[in-house]
Amino acid sequence: MGFPDRIERTVELAHPPEKVWAALTTAEGLAAWFGNEAAIDLRPGGQAWMRWAGEGFTAQMQVERVEEPAVFGFTWHIFGLPEDDPRRTYVEFTLEPAGTGTRLTVVESGFAQLPEDAHRKAYDGNAEGWAKELGELASYLDAA
Amino acid sequence: MPPDLEAVAEQVFAALADPSRRAILAALASGGPATATDLAARLPITRQAIAKHLALLADAGLVTAEPGERRRVRYRVRSAPMQVAQQFLAALARDWDRQLGVLRDHLDRAARGPAGTRDPRNPRTAN
Repeated sequence: MGFPDRIERTVELAHPPEKVWAALTTAEGLAAWFGNEAAIDLRPGGQAWMRWAGEGFTAQMQVERVEEPAVFGFTWHIFGLPEDDPRRTYVEFTLEPAGTGTRLTVVESGFAQLPEDAHRKAYDGNAEGWAKELGELASYLDAA
Repeated sequence: MPPDLEAVAEQVFAALADPSRRAILAALASGGPATATDLAARLPITRQAIAKHLALLADAGLVTAEPGERRRVRYRVRSAPMQVAQQFLAALARDWDRQLGVLRDHLDRAARGPAGTRDPRNPRTAN
């Protein structure tokens, strides 16, 4: 199917899995390369957030998998949908030793989910939401 | 019936590719349900052209027709198909390539340490 439900990327890093794990799963690590500020409760079901100061944007995450130092998974809000949209994508980082470094794979999945019931209830006839959604869509199209 | 996501996305993007249809959707989104005649009074588009665009938007599921007074049909926006298109765009916009590049740079910098003695070839680390 051409519709992208998942994104998968692999990168080779010249650092051992323990170092990479710390960058992915600690507030200090996340704030250094992902957001500008971060907090994380590192356990399945734990909450985490990252804030981007420039954009004034905060991402809420829920930790799902913690298998140190090999698998870290969390869900977060689907980028581009309204804040109150309940749908989320799942992000999973997999760390494999590769020589003295690490092969890091990230898979984000769930972009194509479309619960049959949720959208009608939440969005039909919501003129205010529409104006916002069209604005966001326009921004995407402009940036593309 | 499960929606065919590809078909929905194609119809949404085709519908939005036309500036008149974007203007009609924006007018319905901001002003609420309206008839083709109402829209013709508000937009620089003929009533005949508006009727054609509304038919296409209805086929794409982006507007629904509802009976109004004296058999005048009113059109209302429906955002559900737009959600499919937005999810498609969200997948494109999620920039993991850039993000992983930043991670790599961060790890390299951290490994060199604040004193920067690990890599004498790079003068920037010798601060």
